[in-house]
Amino acid sequence: MAEKFDLNDREVWDGNYAASQALRQAQVDVVAAYPITPSTPIVENYGAYVANGYIDGEYVMVESEHAAMSGCVGASAAGGRVATATSSQGFALMVEVLYQASGMRLPIVLNVVNRALASPLNVRGDHADMYLGRDSGWIQIDAFNAQEAYDLALCAFKIGEDHSVRLPVMVHQDGFITSHTAQNVYPLTDEAAYNFIGDFQPVDDLLDFSRPVTYGAQTEEDWHFEHKAKQHKALMDSRPVIDEVFAEFEKLTGRKYNRVESYMMEDADVVIVGLGTTVETAVVAAEELREEGIKAGVVGIRVFRPFPFDQVREALKGAKSIAVMDRSSPGGAMGAFFNEVSAALYTTDTRPLVTNYIYGLGGRDFSIDEAKRIFKEQQANADAGHITTDIQQFSGLRGPHLGYFQTQRG
Amino acid sequence: MQDLHLCATEKRGSKQLGGEHVGWDEVTQGIILTSFDGDATDIVHQKAEQRHYSDFNSYVASVASWRVEKPVFNIDVCIDCQNCWVWCPDTSIISRDKQMLGIDYDHCKGCGVCVEVCPTNPKSLLMFSEQSGLDEALAAWPEKKKKEEK
Repeated sequence: MAEKFDLNDREVWDGNYAASQALRQAQVDVVAAYPITPSTPIVENYGAYVANGYIDGEYVMVESEHAAMSGCVGASAAGGRVATATSSQGFALMVEVLYQASGMRLPIVLNVVNRALASPLNVRGDHADMYLGRDSGWIQIDAFNAQEAYDLALCAFKIGEDHSVRLPVMVHQDGFITSHTAQNVYPLTDEAAYNFIGDFQPVDDLLDFSRPVTYGAQTEEDWHFEHKAKQHKALMDSRPVIDEVFAEFEKLTGRKYNRVESYMMEDADVVIVGLGTTVETAVVAAEELREEGIKAGVVGIRVFRPFPFDQVREALKGAKSIAVMDRSSPGGAMGAFFNEVSAALYTTDTRPLVTNYIYGLGGRDFSIDEAKRIFKEQQANADAGHITTDIQQFSGLRGPHLGYFQTQRG
Repeated sequence: MQDLHLCATEKRGSKQLGGEHVGWDEVTQGIILTSFDGDATDIVHQKAEQRHYSDFNSYVASVASWRVEKPVFNIDVCIDCQNCWVWCPDTSIISRDKQMLGIDYDHCKGCGVCVEVCPTNPKSLLMFSEQSGLDEALAAWPEKKKKEEK
């Protein structure tokens, strides 16, 4: 058995350290990793735990992220608990193999520290890589701070390894803002954390020589459609499992997670819908605006895939005007997140006003003041009863205003 | 010579998928296919013809239709050097106890590598057209080639 690691009830960890501690407590069998800023410290710390005897696992050094995820797929198919971490370009290089992992139903945990995609080259955070993985068939969970990066990494193992789910899980955190900012984190004891996750129970493992299996066979048009349908159903059916795991985690720690997090939404007129650290910034702005009499609320999407369509509808049904925040270049369309949230709202009876803000690309700071300005614009929309600005705007961009699709009505 | 019960089956894949009309909800999770029926613990010590291959094993699939020319084996010339067995990319040379027995025509794609590497004189493996019969081929076998005078 591995060496005991001394933990205090309260630790000062950054998001990377928190994620690496979760991997240690899960006693991951194999980590195949290639370093990339800002996620490097996760696997770097993990390597130190292995070297110092805190983990009875294997640390595989590979020559690229493509090989890292390939190694993870092999190790997971062989029957091990497997995790790794990446960001940005590394994530992009993994994309081909991400589809392999989800198609083969391998419960790999991937810690994604979100960072902008080049070019221009940038190591700071935005959600371009999170969006890149959105159709890859992985469960995607978003942590807003270091504590959540730790908690949700533990939950990720339990969700993905559930035998009715058996899907890989990504745990996202914002590059540098979460990953390199030290905060108080309340960890579980090693025993409590491991008991929560449980032993890894492999299904159809390649190392079972009494029952040899082939993974990832070719199907073509006669079976591909059926397999993809089954994979999609597994992803959709993971929603109650995610809720159960979150409920169990709450029982253990008192920390409650929801697939959609609502803040001050009981009577909110104007709402910011966001992902990651933006949510916390918007919450502070909303609290300050409440003192000015603006009924501001915030909705954070915790589980990005499977997209909580019904919960988004439910959370936003009373709102009058909504700003959907996309921290990724829209690439010639409305922001992808905007499209999904609006799709959920289009099927409600109330159908509130929705605008799209592109903000914070490449680590551009998203300030409380900016969040307040957005809330006030939404208030103007709500008062007018129609959208008074461009439907899509670039917020915090230097130079003249950039926006598209103005709807000026009398 | 070829009768080793190694032939491919026509209904491969039908058993595990449950016939023609299986739905999306019945397919195996994660495109995982089993290679053998039942316990396979000592499978490595069993000869191919003794194994219980599942309908999904590549062994029961025939690729004979790919072939334009086939290699024909002449047992009278063969010295059992196993060169062809080593080189065959499809393990289609049937050899038991270091004795050449013939060719697995279900898996041979007709690449001709075995003929290239055969060291005997004349060669004990030669390529003939797919349609020609064994007797016809053996009757057309060349004589030993004399060394050229220097």
